[in-house]
Amino acid sequence: MSEVAFDGVTKRFGEVTAVDQLTLDIADGEFMVLLGPSGCGKTTALRMIAGLETVTEGTLRIGDRVVNDVEAKDRDIAMVFQSYALYPHMTVARNIESPLVARRFHVDADAPPRKLTAAERSERVDQAARSLGLTDLMGRKPAALSGGQRQRVALARAIVARPSAFLMDEPLSNLDAKLRAQTRIELVELHERLATTFVYVTHDQVEAMTMADRIAVLNEGRLQQVGPPQAVYERPHNLFVARFIGSPPMNTVPGTVVRTDTGVAVQLGGQRIDLDPVAHEPLADGTEVVIGVRPEHLAVDPDGQVKAQVRAVEWLGHERLVVCDLAEHHITVRQSSGAEPVAPGDVLALTADPAHVHLFDPNTTERLN
Amino acid sequence: MGTELFQPTWKKVAWYAVLTALAVVILFPVYMTFVRAISQPRAYVLAGQPPWPVHPEWDAFSRAFSLGDLGRKFLVSAVVTTVIVAAQLTTSTLAAYAFTFLQFPFRRLLFYVFMATLMLPIEVTLIPNVQTIRSLDWLNSYPGLVAPFLATAFGTFLLRQGFRGIPRDLLDASQLDGFGHLAFLRRVAIPVTRPVVASFAVIAFLSAWNQYTWPRAVVTEGRWETVQIGLKTVTATTAEQNNLGFAAALVVALPILVLLIVLQRQIVRGLTAGAVKG
Ligand SMILES: Nc1ncnc2c1ncn2[C@@H]1O[C@H](COP(=O)(O)OP(=O)(O)OP(=O)(O)O)[C@@H](O)[C@H]1O
Ligand SMILES: [Mg+2]
Repeated sequence: MSEVAFDGVTKRFGEVTAVDQLTLDIADGEFMVLLGPSGCGKTTALRMIAGLETVTEGTLRIGDRVVNDVEAKDRDIAMVFQSYALYPHMTVARNIESPLVARRFHVDADAPPRKLTAAERSERVDQAARSLGLTDLMGRKPAALSGGQRQRVALARAIVARPSAFLMDEPLSNLDAKLRAQTRIELVELHERLATTFVYVTHDQVEAMTMADRIAVLNEGRLQQVGPPQAVYERPHNLFVARFIGSPPMNTVPGTVVRTDTGVAVQLGGQRIDLDPVAHEPLADGTEVVIGVRPEHLAVDPDGQVKAQVRAVEWLGHERLVVCDLAEHHITVRQSSGAEPVAPGDVLALTADPAHVHLFDPNTTERLN
Repeated sequence: MGTELFQPTWKKVAWYAVLTALAVVILFPVYMTFVRAISQPRAYVLAGQPPWPVHPEWDAFSRAFSLGDLGRKFLVSAVVTTVIVAAQLTTSTLAAYAFTFLQFPFRRLLFYVFMATLMLPIEVTLIPNVQTIRSLDWLNSYPGLVAPFLATAFGTFLLRQGFRGIPRDLLDASQLDGFGHLAFLRRVAIPVTRPVVASFAVIAFLSAWNQYTWPRAVVTEGRWETVQIGLKTVTATTAEQNNLGFAAALVVALPILVLLIVLQRQIVRGLTAGAVKG
């Protein structure tokens, strides 16, 4: 069990900066998800923890040890690869045993680490296999397994050495939707059972939201925001996070702050959205902003200040998404399927829940409220 | 492969006809060599050189063996071939591994320079190599017979092609498991590419066993001659006993035949590896 700490870590591949000045503390036993679009440096960050990539600048600690110059095998880390990286010519049993063969382990108290005996190895392999329901597959080769079974073998191989941290690089991306949902739950249970640090990489926000203790959102190699899923969802620090997290994404429309005697509002083209006057005290009249409202925080309301014309309606069964034109922007409204039906061409009056209106600076993209 | 099971009968028949024809084309010369080896030469010519044996003399093989002193020559060839195959497997595996999995300066350039040597036929390097061997005083010796063939660009190329098919993640996983490069090579890279390695071993064996030009150039004493030189001696000295030449050719080809039969499954997989995925 160990904490993992990035301190100003940069990784460059020639001209490309894959990870840029990353500072992130992952607590002991935490389930941390690194989330971001393709190419944002998630895998690179993970591989630096594993010791498969060197650190260009900054320091990386695991536990109380700076590991910049520690070899992968001496870091006491296990990794589940996106491809699973099972050895194709070895049986399931031998695949799971692999991390136990060459390394030395602290087995006997007060004695230096040593290699495990064959009996000790097979006991640990059996135990790992049992906990993942692989006992009947031990003699098979990976080619004779289903995707879900391979994924379990990869997990068993990771847990067998009882490492101090687990790294997982999009381990669910090769599974079908149903198996993915089931495995998400199992991974959370595994994390609880092992009580060990998990660092989990994904570009799938559902995985991030459902499993993480905390999410670290990355974009173009830079950390955008860290926090519990709900906090990141409810208070995105900048426009990137606001638009990246949430599906369908947050509606973001540029506008101008107007102060009147009665309060504060944002002017969008010819329309206005009132803001909570207390929360928006510091905003000066005439400030350019980008206003953000999530689709579920917009509601059809006869008294609504905002008028938008329906462009399309997407029916999803339990809910529907109403896409509207607002000035030259598209906005999406999320409605339960029980709500009054709307049709393209209708003009809707909308209100935004004032507690869930986000304002961003259009130049720095940072959050203003 | 599996689709053949579902082919209609006429298609199967056609395929087998084509394969049979090809087999005949390939095996007929071998058969004729055998026919001529056991036929009494004069009687065979008088009979009009038919495609079957005339006055079979089964002792042709043993006579050819002793006439060419093939026993000693088999030993020389066996030692030379074994050393060359073992050395080529080792050096090609290591070089191919480095060119595939290791990062070092000028990697690509070095590889292309290495590959360029494939374009030099033995005739180009023959004279300088012989001079080198002579200056080392290695004429008529095992070192002289094997030295130029301890490494091969062809084997390096072939094995590198095999290794390139190994996902990089396997190397990473192996390193996390605590294995170094040599262990990865032994535990993963070679077993995964076994058909390619086996095909290369056969090719290396064939070319080492069948060498003629090089042993000719560095051997002047009969006791260092290889089987191929022995074969030449037999055919040259027995113009009117030409059946012995055919017999010697068969004897000399025997080890290759055995090897091909033993390794045939591996070779077929090696030659089709990459052609068929999955
Ligand atoms: N070995 C490498 N050599 C050069 N550039 C690399 C290397 N590995 C990664 N990069 C670059 O670094 C950046 C980050 O890559 P990385 O693989 O970490 O992204 P990622 O967030 O994992 O993306 P994905 O979701 O597609 O897996 C990319 O621009 C990538 O092209
Ligand atoms: Mg990645």
